[in-house]
Amino acid sequence: MDSFKYLDPTTQFVLFSITKVLIAFGVLMTFVAYAVLVERKVSAWIQDRVGPNRATPFFVQYLPIIGPALVRLGIFQPLADGVKFLLKEDFTPAYVRKVYFWLAPAITVIPALMTIAVIPFGSTLGNSANPMVIADLNVGILYTFGIGSLGVYGIVLAGYASNSKYPFLGSIRSSAQMISYEIAMGMSVVSVFMVIGELNLSQVVAYQEANIFHWMVWKQPLAFVIFLVAAFAETNRLPFDLPESESELVGGYHTEYSSMKFALFFLGEYAAMIAASAMMVTLFFGGWAYPWGGGEAAGILNGLGHILCFILKMGVLLVMFIWTRWMLPRFRYDQLMTLGWQRFIPLALANILITALVLAFISP
Amino acid sequence: MTKVVERKPLSAFERTYLPTLASGLKVTWKHFKKTLFQGQPATMEYPEERWVVPEGYRGAPYLVKDQEGNTKCVSCQLCEFVCPPKAIKITPPGPESQPADRANSEKMPQEFEINMLRCIFCGLCQEVCPEEAIFLQRDYSLTGESRAEMIYNKEKLLTLGGVHSGIQKWKHKLEEAKEQEEFPVTKI
Repeated sequence: MDSFKYLDPTTQFVLFSITKVLIAFGVLMTFVAYAVLVERKVSAWIQDRVGPNRATPFFVQYLPIIGPALVRLGIFQPLADGVKFLLKEDFTPAYVRKVYFWLAPAITVIPALMTIAVIPFGSTLGNSANPMVIADLNVGILYTFGIGSLGVYGIVLAGYASNSKYPFLGSIRSSAQMISYEIAMGMSVVSVFMVIGELNLSQVVAYQEANIFHWMVWKQPLAFVIFLVAAFAETNRLPFDLPESESELVGGYHTEYSSMKFALFFLGEYAAMIAASAMMVTLFFGGWAYPWGGGEAAGILNGLGHILCFILKMGVLLVMFIWTRWMLPRFRYDQLMTLGWQRFIPLALANILITALVLAFISP
Repeated sequence: MTKVVERKPLSAFERTYLPTLASGLKVTWKHFKKTLFQGQPATMEYPEERWVVPEGYRGAPYLVKDQEGNTKCVSCQLCEFVCPPKAIKITPPGPESQPADRANSEKMPQEFEINMLRCIFCGLCQEVCPEEAIFLQRDYSLTGESRAEMIYNKEKLLTLGGVHSGIQKWKHKLEEAKEQEEFPVTKI
């Protein structure tokens, strides 16, 4: 570590950023893999099933009691899934528009991964010059919205490129859904930033870090509800999974995809889910701050504690995402539109107005 | 007559989706709790746990032996004839073949093969058999590593079928015949 100190600040910054990017990427990928496992397990339990419990790598036989328990929990299932996706035949139908067909999965995944860049996932690890956020942008929220909504283009492109009716319908639905919910989502966040007066996500966390009562969810509950519902629509999760709707559109936008290209869509969906959870934690649940407060971390241990706290909060939201899937049936298309345009947009506008009035006359 | 189900308009409270969410949560939690905490999934972990096959289940057809352990089949080939997917193949005995191992039976099949890949477990062979020599038994999961392995021969079918004493038609016939050997006939 000593030689690290003698490097000039720019090199230090670059090295540190690369490390953060790599670690965040690795953690995110692990999270995606295990989010899939959690989804499968929770879904199984809700449906009176057992879920994946067979994947047994060779080294399990050397672990006496823990090994079989881990196998029962399906801990090794993501490994098997990954290998399966890589080894499957990558089939490209003859009638697709090839360039877009290859481009679409990448366009879905990359924005979902890029959103993570501005999320402050921890305070610091001892050195206050290096906050635990990959890019501490002043316009963090604008960046997330700008990049996040690009993910839909991947889906639209997939539908167009597949040159087949079900993916096409799925992608049309996806674009309509994006238009109606992106607006409500953006407007719900406006009121949050009116209260805080900053667009930087680190400042958003700093505003809330005192204790659980300073969390934004108490000050802006309506904004949270709108953001939450819009997040479900944005990530194509049930009850708003109209672009995918297995029962009516076969598989929706990814009907024609197989192997790794399908895996990328899958990965993109879960990465988007994780990104949305991370956003919600940052905006409404105090980010990495402990519920009892505690402020900026001193020391590595406390810093790791903050990261763990962030991950736990995110985990709770992820389970909620998964659980909701079994609570509600899929919305009809017109219901979805009504909810977006006629309920949430007026509500969000009213929320902005009320927040503005309160800020102007009661507590500036 | 068409029955018109009246749809009441949703109340303002219902339109907030809150009652739906609450009932959805209730149902999912009930099942989640039942499976995870009480360990009562509706499914069975198949190769380790198996269901109890009920009496009279119509699984794979096997040949059976009579109460003395003799082959009941007399190679009449009715089952071969009736078998819809043509899964049964009987090689009847020739003049030099081994005689039937049952006392007063004229012949038994030299070879009796059922292709379990073709068999549809319909039970027509059992229904048509005049000798009650073939029965649909309780095996439902037959596996093998090759097609050849799935063609069950006479020996295998007899071993799997076991002894089935049934109505013992030929034993009674024999008794009747013995009784009629004396004259005058006292009992009919």
